[in-house]
Amino acid sequence: MKKTALLLMVMVLTVVLAACGQNNNNSGGASSPAPESSAPASTTPASESPAAELSGSLLATGSSALLPLVEQASKKFMDGNKGVSIQVQAGGSGTGLTQVSEGQSDIGNSDVFAEEKLDADKAAELVDHQVAVVGMAAVVHPEVGVDNLTKQQLVDIFTGKVTNWKDLGGSDQKIQIINRPSSSGTRATFEKYALGQKSEDLQGSIQEDSSGTVRKLVGETPGAIGYLALSYLDESIKVLKYEGVEATVDNVANGTYPVWAYEHMYTKGEPSELAKAFLDFMLSDEIQNADVVELGYIPASQMQVKRDVNGTITK
Amino acid sequence: MAQPLEKQQAKPHLAEEWVGRIYTLLCIAFLILTIVSIVYFVASKGLSTFFVNHVNVIDLLTGLKWAPDGEPAVFGALPFIFGSFSTSLLAAAIAAPLGFCASVFMVEIAPGFGRKYLQPVIELLAGIPSVVYGFVGLSVVVPFFRDVFPGQGVGIAAGAVVLSIMILPTITTIATDALAALPKGLKEGSFALGATRWQTIYRIVLPTTLPALMTGIVLGIARAFGEALAVQMVIGNAPHIPRSLFESASTLTSAITLSMGNTAMGSVANNALWSLALILMMMTFVFVFIVRWLERRSKL
Repeated sequence: MKKTALLLMVMVLTVVLAACGQNNNNSGGASSPAPESSAPASTTPASESPAAELSGSLLATGSSALLPLVEQASKKFMDGNKGVSIQVQAGGSGTGLTQVSEGQSDIGNSDVFAEEKLDADKAAELVDHQVAVVGMAAVVHPEVGVDNLTKQQLVDIFTGKVTNWKDLGGSDQKIQIINRPSSSGTRATFEKYALGQKSEDLQGSIQEDSSGTVRKLVGETPGAIGYLALSYLDESIKVLKYEGVEATVDNVANGTYPVWAYEHMYTKGEPSELAKAFLDFMLSDEIQNADVVELGYIPASQMQVKRDVNGTITK
Repeated sequence: MAQPLEKQQAKPHLAEEWVGRIYTLLCIAFLILTIVSIVYFVASKGLSTFFVNHVNVIDLLTGLKWAPDGEPAVFGALPFIFGSFSTSLLAAAIAAPLGFCASVFMVEIAPGFGRKYLQPVIELLAGIPSVVYGFVGLSVVVPFFRDVFPGQGVGIAAGAVVLSIMILPTITTIATDALAALPKGLKEGSFALGATRWQTIYRIVLPTTLPALMTGIVLGIARAFGEALAVQMVIGNAPHIPRSLFESASTLTSAITLSMGNTAMGSVANNALWSLALILMMMTFVFVFIVRWLERRSKL
């Protein structure tokens, strides 16, 4: 009994201590030196003779949607530069942005603009490198009998105003929403550019974070609707037109299909020489025209329109 | 003459004694440090929701709406707490009779075959990664429920079924050990009085091993409570209290794993998730204390 009480007291004390030590916590984290800043030290005046002299290590963390591309590109980059080691970790856009902002990683991968996740002053320190574009499409179970939805119809579905496909000209089936968690970058993109407003977490709606699970559930559940990046589309689901426009790479590139987002790689301040070399490599034709397309992204260079953080589109 | 000889022999033993003592002391110190720092870390993150972001504790524990991105942001975690308790209790309700009957079979009815073949098979279940359980649940249990019951297939029922298989080894193993440790004289006395095997099992064996069985069940519930991945795949993750067992719901763990990576450290949304983790950790402490209390009772 005594021992148990002692144990309990220790736990309670720890919790109380934690509550008191709130303010010290931040300063402690900030004062620890950035561990991965080895790049500048090792880059001697190599600027004249390119690539071959590069050495050091890079850490890129963040978005799991961007992970396959960065990983594949980093392997190619390391093959060309033997002295370089690049580590790529997933963990989500929020994690990537936080870590690059705090100096824990050199590059933060993100599906969304830093301004949408971080405080304005922290976001201002980060430099954006847009390496690819991802298009998204609303997808449904093959038997719902609808092949086009307008923005208003999508809003009605995702806010729960319409609950049966027959009200949208489809078969008599209950609408089953397969959404993403409210923190997800994919959902933020879909809400911003397809719905134009936030959607609700409706009673009975399903939320999944992984695109593979969303595709499986949409393909199997009668009356299901969800949304996926273009690289995840296949025969098990039906891809809807948005306002009559088909979700294709060309339509995204020429700006007629609006539901797309940049994939960002952020650095804190201007990138170090090594990070810059890697980012340049990401944007080179070697990656943009091969790996980017092969993995289902759209090359940033192909885009005929540009969009800023506020969603303003310029040609 | 004899004394210095003894001293010489004693010396290496003394050194061994000290090396062993210091080594074990270091190990336990490291262990305690790890536990305390984990508790400290989770608590400091989780409590900053209340102290830094000024979210009301009562609102968090009893609120029904979870909208961390809403205007204004609302943090009501009751649907998650409800989901966690209902899935793990339901899972225990399914797994406890199964596990107990399996252990009775292995110990009382067919000890040779049971302990040789059945026990390793059941213990094997504990080694299967949870993502495999989740995928099986998503591919088998969810479609089955969708076809048989009204609703979407996902939900508390699907989560409980998947969890019940995951905690079956815990309950079975502890029950088997408890049954095997039962003094032979008790059963023999019962048989000698003319009781049948079944009468002996449920009049003598079951009541005397009940505290140990309860320990197994509580440990199972604790495991189910903390399981994240498998549940997240089959429960649907809507932040609402469901109206039926077959409607999308959420648990504390699934809410954390879904959003933790997507929120920036230090933001309110992220801190609120740490508060959920703190609730989870507190519940784990409660389960541990219940187990300790049950163990003390079983010695009486």
